[in-house]
Formats: sequence, C-alpha cells, structure tokens
Amino acid sequence: MSLTNDYIKQRLAEKFGESISQVEESFGTMSFTAPKDLNLKVMQFLYDEEELQFRFLTDLTAVHYPNRTGEELAVVYHLYNFKERVRLRMKVYTSIEDTRVFTATRLFESANWMERETYDFFGVNFVGHPNLKRILNVDEMTYFPMRKEFPLEDQTRTDKDDEMFGRGGHIGI
Amino acid sequence: MSEQHITLPEGSIERQTQTLNLGPTHPATHGVFQNILEIDGERIVSSESTVGYIHRAFEKIAERRPYYQITPLTDRLNYCSSPINNMGWHMTVEKLLGIQTPKRVDYLRIIIMELARITDHLICNGVVGVDSGAFTGFLYLMKYRELVYEIYEEICGSRLTTNIGRVGGFERNFTPAAFEKIERFLKEYPVALKEFETMMNRNRIFMERTQGVGPISAERAMNYGFTGPNLRAAGVDYDVRVAQPYCSYEDFEFTIPVGTTGDCYDRFLVRNAEMWESLSIIRQAMDKVKELPSDVYHADVPAYYLPEKSAVYTKMEALIYHFKIIMGESDILPGELYNPVEGANGELGFYLISDGGRSPYRLHFRRPCFIYYQAYGELIKGAMLSDAVICMSSLNLIAGELDA
Repeated sequence: MSLTNDYIKQRLAEKFGESISQVEESFGTMSFTAPKDLNLKVMQFLYDEEELQFRFLTDLTAVHYPNRTGEELAVVYHLYNFKERVRLRMKVYTSIEDTRVFTATRLFESANWMERETYDFFGVNFVGHPNLKRILNVDEMTYFPMRKEFPLEDQTRTDKDDEMFGRGGHIGI
Repeated sequence: MSEQHITLPEGSIERQTQTLNLGPTHPATHGVFQNILEIDGERIVSSESTVGYIHRAFEKIAERRPYYQITPLTDRLNYCSSPINNMGWHMTVEKLLGIQTPKRVDYLRIIIMELARITDHLICNGVVGVDSGAFTGFLYLMKYRELVYEIYEEICGSRLTTNIGRVGGFERNFTPAAFEKIERFLKEYPVALKEFETMMNRNRIFMERTQGVGPISAERAMNYGFTGPNLRAAGVDYDVRVAQPYCSYEDFEFTIPVGTTGDCYDRFLVRNAEMWESLSIIRQAMDKVKELPSDVYHADVPAYYLPEKSAVYTKMEALIYHFKIIMGESDILPGELYNPVEGANGELGFYLISDGGRSPYRLHFRRPCFIYYQAYGELIKGAMLSDAVICMSSLNLIAGELDA
C-alpha cells in the first residue's frame, strides 16, 4: 500500500491549491471539500492520474444541513481505488436556492441512478444528467422528502407529551 | 437485431416493435419492479426499468429512531440474507463508538454471516435453474435453507427478518442445540450442493441457456458500480472481506472465486464456488470457537449493549443501563463514517453521520442491487426475451434492496 492519504492530499493541493478545503481524516478515510464548479475536474483528476486511479464510484448521496446558510446541501461522493484499496470521500456544498451541480454520469455509469435518487430525495439538480427524474418516489411529488424540514412525526401535535422520550424537535448540527 | 421482420407500408399507424411489460408483478421478476421492454419478435430492442414500488423510506425513518431500533429496518433490505445486514449495522455503530468485540463474538458472527451468504446464493442459483426450466435443484436446495432458518431460530427466535444480534455482540449465547444444527448443516449440505453442481454445471441444456447470456466486461462492470459475485464473475477479485477486512476475516483462509466473461454461467459458477468457500469458513470458525471460553458472547460495554432481561429484573446496574438505552440517553459519539461489509449481493455500505443525538443525523444505505441494476438494460439489449428473464435472476435482484 503505497498510496497514502498524505500523498493524495499533497497531489490535490498541488493541482487545485486553495480550492480544496476541509481536509480531514476520520476512521482512516480521507475527506475533503471541493467547490461545486470544480467537482468534475477534481474527479477527473483523481480518475486519470497514474498514481491515484480512483476509478470506482462506490456511493453518491447528499446530506441536508438547514443551519448552514449558503451551503445547505452537501453532495457526498465515495471514491475507491481498487489497486491500492484506498477510499476517499469528496463533498461538494451547494445552496438550497441554486442546487445545480455537475453530473458525474460521463465519468461513471453508476452515477446515473444514484444521482436520480439524490435528486429525488434532496432536489440536487445534476446539470447534464441524461435522465434526471424521480426514481423511488412518484413522479407527481412536488417536494424533496429527505430534507430536514419534513420531520417524520408531526412536531406540532399536542395530544401527547413526549419530552421524556427524546422526541422533541431535534434538528442537530 | 439488424434484420427487420416486418416491413410496414408508408404512413402506417402500426409499429415495427411492440411494448411488453415485464413486471411489476410477474413471476419472472421475483420481486416488485417493472421492465418496459420494446421487442421486435422475440428480440429486445430497448428496455426501461422502473423501481420504487416498495420504497419504504428507511433512511428517513432511521433519522427518528434510536440506533438499536434501526436493526429491523436493515432486515428488510436484502431479506434473503438479513443477518449480514444486521451485523453490518451493528459493526458500523461499534466502529463509531470504538467498541472492540471479543474474538468469539467475531467468529460467531462470521458463522451466521456465511450461513446467510449460503442461503442467499442457493436461492439465487436455484432460481437461475427454475428460470431455465430446471425446477428440481431449487426444490432440492430449499430444504437446506430451512435448516439454516432453524439455526437462526435457535439463536434469535426469528427466521426471515432476523434482527439478530445487538450492538456489542449477541442477545444470548449460542445453545448446544444451535451448534448441533450448524454441525448437521455442515455435514448434509455439501452432499446436496455436490449433487446440485453435478446436475447443473456441465448440463448441456443449462450451459446453452446461460453461456454468453447477459455478459459484461470487467471494465464496464466497474464503471457500472458492480460489486460482489456479479463483479467477480467479470474477473475482478474485489471482495470487501479481503480488501478491507472486518470482523476478524483476516484470521481465515479462503479464496475469492472469479469468472472471466461476466455472463450468467460465470455468475452461477462464482456463486457456487463461493458457497464452498463459505462452508470452509464456517468449518474454520467452528474450530476456532471451540478453543475460546464458551461464555463470551458480547463485548463488555454496558452503556450500549442491552442487558439480559432477567438481569434487568434483578440487578440495579442492568436496570439503569436498560432504561438509558431504551430512552436514548446513552451518548452516541458524533462522527462520520462509511462502513462496508460484503453482503451476498455485493458491497453493502452504511454511510452514517452522527451528531451525538439519540438517532443518526443521516444514514445512507449503499445497496448493491440498486447500483448494478442500472446495467440491466445494457445486458439484455439484443437478447431474447427468455434470456432477459434468466439474466435478471442471475443478477440476484432483491426488490427490498432496490428500493430501501
């Protein structure tokens, strides 16, 4: 295993400089944030470079942080290098008003449905996606149900007092 | 595909191809999902897949549930091998909390996970047989799935959706009867599997039905996000158990079977070979378990491991911890991790973000089925209708895992 997180970090810093931020390591996986207009360039760089070769898109999803103004939605990519067995997490933040993010479908076929799922639940608009429509929910749906403004239980109900059961409106982070 | 069977006159309102719905409820789909096929005679010109018929919003529900109540949700992903999903979830939480499980717990888990892998593969391969006209193998192997379900029943009380184990270990120790049942399975199943292989592997009819059907190259398979037996059938030796060992898999000797062409026949052979490997792993685990103290079945983490019910009624500490865990007052550390396990269908990943609350801030399941099913249209393009059916069953599509 010659490909270390430090080396990836160094290569990314050389190529993209200050644009790569929030580089951290948790549970052995390196994580970083790229600006949303550079997401494809960074992925292409990680894909093409002889020493990096992150050619497998393991997972693609989004997270909603309602309290982070201007960067409410985080699109999370998990990339994998088969040869060196290294996993990498890339995040791209976007505001909830303008959710346009470049699609990764040209690089990875697997991104097709994963981006549709992410669109379906979070409303991330993947620019350039060949078929961006809802996948698991019904087509008529008008909202994006995994966003935090849709709590699972009606938080206004007054007929039961369940403060004791930890079910109060928990928004977090 | 290039030859045209019907030539329509100019301005005709008829179409050269016809549309056929394979699913949502069709015996050949083995689950609820739809494929709209455009066919020219018996040949498939194009297809479109629709999924989501049994979407149950698990990821949303998980954001409101305490950690131990998420295990039953994972049951219902790939319900042919729910113990793997359960264990995967427990291990994700343990990794977040930094819990080190004793070796015996790891080995017992491996026994259960490998049994689940065998049941999943035997159903898949049995169904490939059914869809190619050989019902005998499926019916014959079904008996052995029953034996495995009896083992689950002995350990956790349920059979299909098992909810087996807890964060930290198992809810109770394996009884001598459970070990007896595992021994019985290890003795009887290889005989049946050998017979099944004798019947199918070199069967002329079966080979002609499956060879060259739904092939995929290694490069395309990786690009499509294939994992598990389907990727290995295309010739890539990627297995999470080896690439990123978890649950003490590094203590075991086993090989990863790979195919070459990625067609239905190779997928069938890879799954069969994996069953033999799983049997060998279970054998090794049984031998290792015998050498360890027999009363260890969970890690010593009272703050997270649900205590035994009789202890709750009689002991002060057990009652306190029981109350704290049930009421969600045990602090879960904030953190973010992606933890994969090798599910029966491929890499089953749990992407968990905890903000320290009683339930996850965000939980995402990487469902292998959902990701590789995208390739189905490409696999069956230009194939016969009957090939589409057999290709679907050899991919092992489980509706529960597609939709989550």
